[in-house]
Amino acid sequence: MALVTTTKGEMDESLLEKKEGSLDNDNESTTWVEYWLDGELVHRSAHVALKKPVTLAAEAASFT
Amino acid sequence: MGQLMTATHNFGVAPIRAGTGVDTFKAALYLKTATVNAATTAYSASNEVSGTGYSAGGVGVTMGTVPTATNSSATAGVAFVTPSASITYTTVTLSTAFDAVLIYNSTQADKAVSVHTFGSQTITAGTFTLTMPANTTTTALIRLATT
Repeated sequence: MALVTTTKGEMDESLLEKKEGSLDNDNESTTWVEYWLDGELVHRSAHVALKKPVTLAAEAASFT
Repeated sequence: MGQLMTATHNFGVAPIRAGTGVDTFKAALYLKTATVNAATTAYSASNEVSGTGYSAGGVGVTMGTVPTATNSSATAGVAFVTPSASITYTTVTLSTAFDAVLIYNSTQADKAVSVHTFGSQTITAGTFTLTMPANTTTTALIRLATT
């Protein structure tokens, strides 16, 4: 029995409707999971994997 | 460039430091309607997310790996650093859409380090996790490069 943290407290996963999604592009790889109870969203978690660095370009002959 | 990332050189007015240890960094989330970008100079609570389980200012960022510097030629090189652990907001409810995280230096007057954007999200009694890219010359989260 897997328990899910919801807006109504801990609930058995089997009592809930589970929806999952994902997004993948140059900037991120994201997944999310939602649990619904009688048409009400009671849990949503998301996991974003960042891909794009912040690059500071320097103009100089060389750096040490 | 590694020396630049560790503040070996001071070209202006040096900040006052209590010691030589690594500064404390934090990560704050911002609403989709907020304007946080390269012009952002410091953390602000304005337009920061709010909700159950989220504390203003965000959470700590683990910088367990010192910056690395490599030179690919006499004139080109890169210094880079990446937080050594994922940034996690555990059991929060953030009902208003957010799409940016500001990493800032809480040791140095909350000065901004970097802003990272992503597809807008909401969280309901759940966990929001930001996983860092690999800490390499091409993928590290923060890079200082010459070409």
